[in-house]
Amino acid sequence: MAESELQPHPSPDRAYAGGTSHAHPSPKEYVRIGAILGLLTAIEIAASYTIGGAALIALLLTLAIVKFSIVVMWFMHLKFDDRRYARFFVAGVALAVTLFLIVLMLSRVFLR
Amino acid sequence: MAQASIEHGGAHDGGGHQASGGAHETSTGLPNTKLAMWLFLASECLLFGALISTYLLYRGTSAEGPYPADVFDIPYTSVSSFVLLASSLTMVLALSAAQRRDIARMRLWLLTTALLGMTFVGGQVYEFTSFYHEGLKLSTNLFGTTFYVLTGFHGVHVTVGILMLLSLVGMSSADRLPDDPSFPVEMIGLYWHFVDIVWIIIFTVVYLIPTGSPSS
Repeated sequence: MAESELQPHPSPDRAYAGGTSHAHPSPKEYVRIGAILGLLTAIEIAASYTIGGAALIALLLTLAIVKFSIVVMWFMHLKFDDRRYARFFVAGVALAVTLFLIVLMLSRVFLR
Repeated sequence: MAQASIEHGGAHDGGGHQASGGAHETSTGLPNTKLAMWLFLASECLLFGALISTYLLYRGTSAEGPYPADVFDIPYTSVSSFVLLASSLTMVLALSAAQRRDIARMRLWLLTTALLGMTFVGGQVYEFTSFYHEGLKLSTNLFGTTFYVLTGFHGVHVTVGILMLLSLVGMSSADRLPDDPSFPVEMIGLYWHFVDIVWIIIFTVVYLIPTGSPSS
């Protein structure tokens, strides 16, 4: 791997956002993050065969949220970009989660 | 400058700002295209939130089979999940190459991402066909209806993403991208990663969390 690939690269935003964003991860870091995501997925699959009941549901939902956050923060660069992007996206996620929770409360689906 | 206010308009924004990557000023200080993309993704959260909620609402309420346990092949779907996850990695590697203006490597990673996406969609088509032959049709029961609508919508999103990736490769080959192609790659990358995070939730909620015994 070339030396330049291992260095953090400036965000494309940097050219047009007045340097409000920080350097994006290097390819090596991206690969490391990808490996972590793969490992978490493997844990999810293994857990679905070995654990049962409420513990399984809690573990699977926690792992899904962790994976979701890693992709959004690192691969979609919300960790590095202007916070206003994050506010828009979090508003959408919050509304979706509210809808999700209302459905859960009304139907108690996980108790079935 | 206290707050930069420049918009990336792509290779042919009509503004005559090719030297600065087709950029022009915006009142928010953020590129409108990127802001619009994030707003679009926020609205997509609501779409998929509604579809996932509907699936959960009717989960385990089908009066007759086939039930999820009868048709799901978790090892097979797990491989598909790894494929889609890998495509997110290749997508950021394409962006990284674009930021370095390493066009050859950018095209390679974009094509790899598209191929992984095609593998995922091909797997989904195979899965749907297999379920159909096992008697699970769109109108068979509530599970069939909610499952096909949710995963079908996701599959359509992946397909649209593949078309955008291939268009990007085509535009790059035709030399129709700006000198710094990282902005369009980043925009399509945002969409692609969103499709991936939706699958992270679907895989957990639909496939991995076991459904209780069907209502009698």
